[in-house]
Amino acid sequence: MMKQTKFSFTRRTLLAGAAAGASVLAMPNVLRAQDRTIKVGVYGGYFKDSFDKHVFPEFTNATGIAVESVAEPTGEAWLVQLEQAARAGAAPADLSMMSQVAMLKGQSTDLWAPIDLAKIAKADDLLPQFVNKYPDGRVAGVGAVAWYITLVTNTDVFPEAPTSWAALWDPANKERLGLLALVSNSFLLEVTAKTHFGGTGILDTEEGILKVMDKLAEVKPNVQLWYRDEAQFEQALKSGEIPMGQYYHDVTGLAAADGFPVRSTFPKEGGISDSGCWALSRASDKADEAHIFIDFMTQPEIQSLMSRKVGTAPTMKRSVLELSDEEFAAVSSDIDPIIPRYDLYTTKADWLNQKWTELIVN
Amino acid sequence: MRRTPPERAADYFPIAYPAFMLGLFFVVPFAIMVAVSFFRRVQGGFYEPAFTFANYGRFLSVFFGEVLVFSLVLAGLVSAVCLLLGVPFTYFLTKLSRKAQVFWLVALLGVLSLSEVIIGFAWSTLLSRTAGLSNLLVAIGVMDRPDAWTPGFAAVLTGLVYQAFPYTVLVLYPSFSRLDPSLMEASRTLGASPLKAFSTVVLPVLRKTLIATFIIVFIFALGAYLLPQILGRPQHWTLSVLITDQAVYQSNMPFAAAMAVFLVVASLSLVVIVAALNRKGAGQ
Repeated sequence: MMKQTKFSFTRRTLLAGAAAGASVLAMPNVLRAQDRTIKVGVYGGYFKDSFDKHVFPEFTNATGIAVESVAEPTGEAWLVQLEQAARAGAAPADLSMMSQVAMLKGQSTDLWAPIDLAKIAKADDLLPQFVNKYPDGRVAGVGAVAWYITLVTNTDVFPEAPTSWAALWDPANKERLGLLALVSNSFLLEVTAKTHFGGTGILDTEEGILKVMDKLAEVKPNVQLWYRDEAQFEQALKSGEIPMGQYYHDVTGLAAADGFPVRSTFPKEGGISDSGCWALSRASDKADEAHIFIDFMTQPEIQSLMSRKVGTAPTMKRSVLELSDEEFAAVSSDIDPIIPRYDLYTTKADWLNQKWTELIVN
Repeated sequence: MRRTPPERAADYFPIAYPAFMLGLFFVVPFAIMVAVSFFRRVQGGFYEPAFTFANYGRFLSVFFGEVLVFSLVLAGLVSAVCLLLGVPFTYFLTKLSRKAQVFWLVALLGVLSLSEVIIGFAWSTLLSRTAGLSNLLVAIGVMDRPDAWTPGFAAVLTGLVYQAFPYTVLVLYPSFSRLDPSLMEASRTLGASPLKAFSTVVLPVLRKTLIATFIIVFIFALGAYLLPQILGRPQHWTLSVLITDQAVYQSNMPFAAAMAVFLVVASLSLVVIVAALNRKGAGQ
């Protein structure tokens, strides 16, 4: 799925994005008043295709509001574009699906228009961790979907599924791993902390983080590929070129369903839990439509639909959903997940990035 | 064609349009980048106008120094390999029939139409363990078992040379095709071997072209940020990769701009040095 890096970020996609943005801005305002529309940004590629096919038509049928979907690049690249556009009073998308790190960064510049939960009928059924709030309590974003990053393996090369993230450190896996290349989307510090230091509490101090990084440096001989581009790892995993690594649970499940020799395992330390929020740009003038959209998406039926069709985990309480145990297990796990320390990626962003780059480059 | 230097303002009129476009689409964006490089980074946010050297200060470290040197060495190597392959290739190309020349030039232009992504993925497959060329060597008994040749330094170099080679040939081609064949004939009749004639007569005549080609390929390779990611390990990431990281993933525009300014200054100084050496060499 297209969370942080599915959209391989290239000059070409940058140009395509710029062209799409320009055409959106240049579109003459000829729509009649009753033809209500909203521009919604979702991660481009498979993810957007699934939304276009299964989710947005339902919304238009139910409300009469047409959705113009916009393919957004990696969370933070899109954040930069939204921010630059908002400074100029433009909104390349009214609502965007944003990852948690991007949500927090957008908060610091007041990029997100507050959402009024009173207009979201089922707001109380949302799991509290998926409601993103400003420090002063205003709601910056409402949970759209949740997803897991898990330990994935090629079943031809590994007949037995690994059971622990500790497999990453196993000397037997020399030059066999594919890991995400950025500190803020791989969440490997949290994985290392939970696997070897009993929890992410050690990341509270810089000394603790450096200790965790030292431990993480031990996996380097095993890493064949540090990837930014998801397609690159996915292809290598399917072929067995790089038979183990971290990857998205949902996409791996879809690949396995298509017959590829891959599997996704929730290790005993837990999968990495991450999520996307619906967030409204402050430059948008479609606040009403945006609330109707979020209200529609925050319904048990729609959340169930997304779990079945898009493969994401719901952001609402399990008790209100109509998912069978089997359907729920396909997109989630009962094992206590690894929760990323999002606070670190804003308060210590530059320091972490510097140390991380030195860690993997040297 | 008039050869007198322009005397009145109106004489500059023909270049006014290109100068305007150059100003609008190159000088202005570059000036904005330089300005942003002095802005203050707001951690976890964006940036605000200021005048600070902090971004440059962060760059001045052993770590980034090493990355810069690696990028320069890699770009230099790409240029050198491209010239080593491109010069003999272009020389022989100009000896072919017109039809064959057109065929080769069109084929090379075809390579230019491929995006960096396609080139990167194609080479990573060609050099892979599971589907790559080493399987062929196993089939003919040269190797015992297939091996992964990517990611690695050789893979990065191969990909970059592949991408830059058409530029090399296209820049060299006009000079080689205009080369007076009597130069070669004269040196041959004076007793030089073909190799000696080529290296002591043809190459010195084309020195300026060779240096220009080197510089063009060098700067082209210096800007590469995709192939080092796809075909290299983290230690093979160029400064351009780290600039992309800062601009796109860390939303740290000021630092990315400062690194980009460093890269431009470093490459411009190299160009100036090479040009100066060239003048000095020509004067002797």
